[in-house]
Amino acid sequence: MLLRVEDLHKRYGKEAVIQGVSFSLDQGETKVIIGPSGTGKSTLLRCINRLTEPDRGRIWLEDLEITSFKVNLNHIRAKIGFVFQDFNLFTHLTALDNVRLGLLRVKRMSRKAATERALAELARVGLADKAKAYPAELSGGQQQRVSIARALAMDPKLILFDEPTSALDPELIGEVLSVMENLAKSGMTMLVVTHEMGFARSVADEILFMEKGVIVEQGPPDQLFRSPKHPRTAEFLRRITDLYGGER
Amino acid sequence: MPLTSEHWLRVWSYFPILVQGLSVNLGLLGGLLGVGFVLGIFVALLEVYGPWPSRMLAFGYAWIFRSIPEILLLLLMWFGPAQFGLQVSPFLAAVLALGLRSSAYQAEIFRGALQSLPVGQMLAARALGLSRPGAIRHILLPQALRLSLVGWGNEFAVVLKDTTLAYAIGVVEVMRQARYISSREFPLTLPAYVLVALLFLAVTYTGLFILSRAEKRWRIPGLEARR
Amino acid sequence: MNLVFSWGWLPRLSQGLLLTVELTLLSMALGAALGLILAMLRVYGRGPLLPLYLVASAYVHFFRGTPLLVQVMAFYYGLPSVGVQLSPFVAGLLALTLNTAAYQAEYFRGAIQSVRVGQMQAALALGLSRLQALRYVVLPQALRLVIPPWTNELIYMVKGSAVVYLIGVLELMGQAKNIAARTFRNFEVYVVVALFYLALIFVLTVALRAVERRIRVPGLGAPSRA
Repeated sequence: MLLRVEDLHKRYGKEAVIQGVSFSLDQGETKVIIGPSGTGKSTLLRCINRLTEPDRGRIWLEDLEITSFKVNLNHIRAKIGFVFQDFNLFTHLTALDNVRLGLLRVKRMSRKAATERALAELARVGLADKAKAYPAELSGGQQQRVSIARALAMDPKLILFDEPTSALDPELIGEVLSVMENLAKSGMTMLVVTHEMGFARSVADEILFMEKGVIVEQGPPDQLFRSPKHPRTAEFLRRITDLYGGER
Repeated sequence: MPLTSEHWLRVWSYFPILVQGLSVNLGLLGGLLGVGFVLGIFVALLEVYGPWPSRMLAFGYAWIFRSIPEILLLLLMWFGPAQFGLQVSPFLAAVLALGLRSSAYQAEIFRGALQSLPVGQMLAARALGLSRPGAIRHILLPQALRLSLVGWGNEFAVVLKDTTLAYAIGVVEVMRQARYISSREFPLTLPAYVLVALLFLAVTYTGLFILSRAEKRWRIPGLEARR
Repeated sequence: MNLVFSWGWLPRLSQGLLLTVELTLLSMALGAALGLILAMLRVYGRGPLLPLYLVASAYVHFFRGTPLLVQVMAFYYGLPSVGVQLSPFVAGLLALTLNTAAYQAEYFRGAIQSVRVGQMQAALALGLSRLQALRYVVLPQALRLVIPPWTNELIYMVKGSAVVYLIGVLELMGQAKNIAARTFRNFEVYVVVALFYLALIFVLTVALRAVERRIRVPGLGAPSRA
């Protein structure tokens, strides 16, 4: 088991955003979290690398407990990749420098090794020719792909995707999803929060439906989509396919 | 010369003298802000609505009065009139010098405010039949003045402190009084200046508080978003 | 009107100009270092370093809220009564430095706070420590954003340096006063000095604009130009 989340709780003021969430991820698995907006899905991801501190609950990465006090947080974060909805590429650095920064300063690789690796990752997401471009000179889809390359370069054990395509124009979504699909196929362990049902259906090993801070239902995509056990799941899926148009 | 806590207490007996001096600073402040306001609006209007030569003039005006040190402006205004056979009092020279400087900064504030107004305001006013000056006077300027309150707060804080420079041309204001205290009792020098500093802090924060209340009261809903 | 100028004033005035430039640049540099520390304390210090945060805030409010002249006088005439006798130059430099540090602290604070929150988060998510995130991600951006207000502050400091002639420093104003006292040509000397200041500030503005252009990065423009 690569990732295990046990009884996670988080509240903001009076609002309980995560109310007892538990699940696990095995190596090589891709799990997708779906659900209405504002139900704590993003918060859940941020708790896993402790960008947001959970109030209660425990999280393990392999046999290392992420939530313990003694753990070296920076070490853990280096092993978990995070792809943000807003890309968050470092504005003042070129694409190459963005991918290289972690290698140079966290993994302390030599400049030569870091550059080679960074270029390789950029090539992997199809942007080798944009190495010297600044984020402002790239389209949204390109920026997001660079951000995936940045996460990949760190050789993470798992990558968290926080609504990676929600900030993209429709015609750019496809290029990012196809990178993610290839990643999943190549055996990367991924936890994805998204509204892209087509992606969820074809790439996920398991789908978790979250609503009001709890996991209402989870199961393989075919089972969840075709015969959801819970009425709320069914209702959500119906609404979302009306909005997003079902099969992609 | 040892400074004891006794000195820090005794300096307060000179408090009235310092306040007296401060009142001169405040008088200066009022005068120069008034001069700066009138001139500033004029220059700003010229810069925004005038033909391009006047815009260059306005630009040059701003550049000069923002590049010359205030204390130098004071000295120029003190020695200048003599060249023309005129006699000015130190106070008047200070009001004029600092007022001219302030007008350059206030012109910038008003200009920024005027230019941040939606273009449609002028168009609508003209469509109603108002003349250009009329539109400026009745529609644009009132709004611009309200928007300027924030920048005005900054200018107030800066200029209040500049009034102390009038000391250099002989105005009997608070710095002069502090010097007087120092000459009476040397160990009181530091406490006197600290007291002056505290007085300025008090006046500054009071003034800023009043201005921020005014700004909130007269805020134009829907117009802050553009800033 | 009877104006008389003399080329003979130029050597002394140029000497004074040099000292003005020295005072300005030194106080700006030292003030920047102190200001940056104060700014970071004000932005990040509230929880972990509360006492320092409070000191930094009090410092900034005090030195921004009180006149420069008071600070200069206090350091030169006031300190001897506690046994600290500073030369006019040092007293002036000290006052100028402490003064500009407070203003620069606010400009740096504004710049740091306008770097988007996501930048810090992305840096942390990679495994960078807070300090590394500041050094490699937040500050490089903040320093680019701070150039316009910093240029303004530089100009204010050039003008502020003029004040120290009142405690006897022989910078541009100090030299001018001496010449005026000797020749009684007050107005003329001060007009020449005004031209010196105009030229100096022009040169500095142009230089800084060139620097800004060199380190500019697409996408990280001056926020004022919406």
